[in-house]
Amino acid sequence: MEITINGDKATVDGVKISVSDLLKARNVDMPDMVSVEVNGTILERSEFDSTQVGDGDEVEFLYFMGGGR
Amino acid sequence: MSLRDDQIDRYSRHIILNDVGGKGQEKILASKVLIIGTGGLGAPAALYLAAAGVGTLGLIDGDRVDLSNLQRQVIHFTPDVGKPKVESAREKINAINPDVNVITYQDVVHSGNIIDLISQYDFILDGTDNFSAKFLINDACVMAKKPFSHGGILRFDGQALTYTPGNACYRCIFVTPPPKNAVPTCSQAGVLGAIAGILGTIQATEALKFITGVGDLLTNRLLIFDAKKMNFRTAKVKRNPKCQVCGDHPSITELIDYEMPVCDLKKA
Repeated sequence: MEITINGDKATVDGVKISVSDLLKARNVDMPDMVSVEVNGTILERSEFDSTQVGDGDEVEFLYFMGGGR
Repeated sequence: MSLRDDQIDRYSRHIILNDVGGKGQEKILASKVLIIGTGGLGAPAALYLAAAGVGTLGLIDGDRVDLSNLQRQVIHFTPDVGKPKVESAREKINAINPDVNVITYQDVVHSGNIIDLISQYDFILDGTDNFSAKFLINDACVMAKKPFSHGGILRFDGQALTYTPGNACYRCIFVTPPPKNAVPTCSQAGVLGAIAGILGTIQATEALKFITGVGDLLTNRLLIFDAKKMNFRTAKVKRNPKCQVCGDHPSITELIDYEMPVCDLKKA
């Protein structure tokens, strides 16, 4: 399947993948530091396991950035 | 209000902009902006807003200048080490532009003081370095219906979002602070100093756009900057009707003081 991740097309094995597994497949090392948006909707963290993404979906991994000083 | 001759000279590059003009400059001179944190983001923002002639600049920061700040906090100089940051910043702002009335608060924002503080200003700029403050500023600005600019930096990356009432807030995107042990503060993770300049200057630009009404604000878009790839992009975001603070049925109706690590190498 081809998914758009952070604006770039990415090929991912399989037909569907859960957001949790997608985070692992994309080697996101600190999933706690990422907010995930699928097709324009921000997911609750509790929905990462149950939300499946597939061909054509647009996913954004939005990183928490707490720095400023 | 009409501009003095020296002001027409000082702000001539603003005034000749069709979108700003003398009227826009007068709006800037009449405006009040609160900068929360006079560090990496707040320092460049304060310099540009002072130079632009923002009439009242509020600065709140409880810290003193540390040698490790000077790699990025460009409003503070080597002889300022040990001085309260708000005093150090006030001196530079006064030297840049005597038109600016600087109000300093040597303090930190918390649930008990933030609403009173922000209510005295037109636009709020978040230059803080921890999620406790970032969520507090968001929630307070939503509750008080105050526009604000969020900025965040980490390593070689930065992000910014502008909130105005009715549009997506910080909590619509980030929902709840990350677990304490997962958070890399900037002292743990580091930051390229110039990144702070880029994001702080973007925040100052948003403040000036808001004041003058020029252009489209960075609302409902999270700006994401990646210095390694030298790439700017925006991710579309939208107000979440289920948002705990700005949603249709908010569950957060009182401000929360989260406990969070802050960016301090000596404590890290």
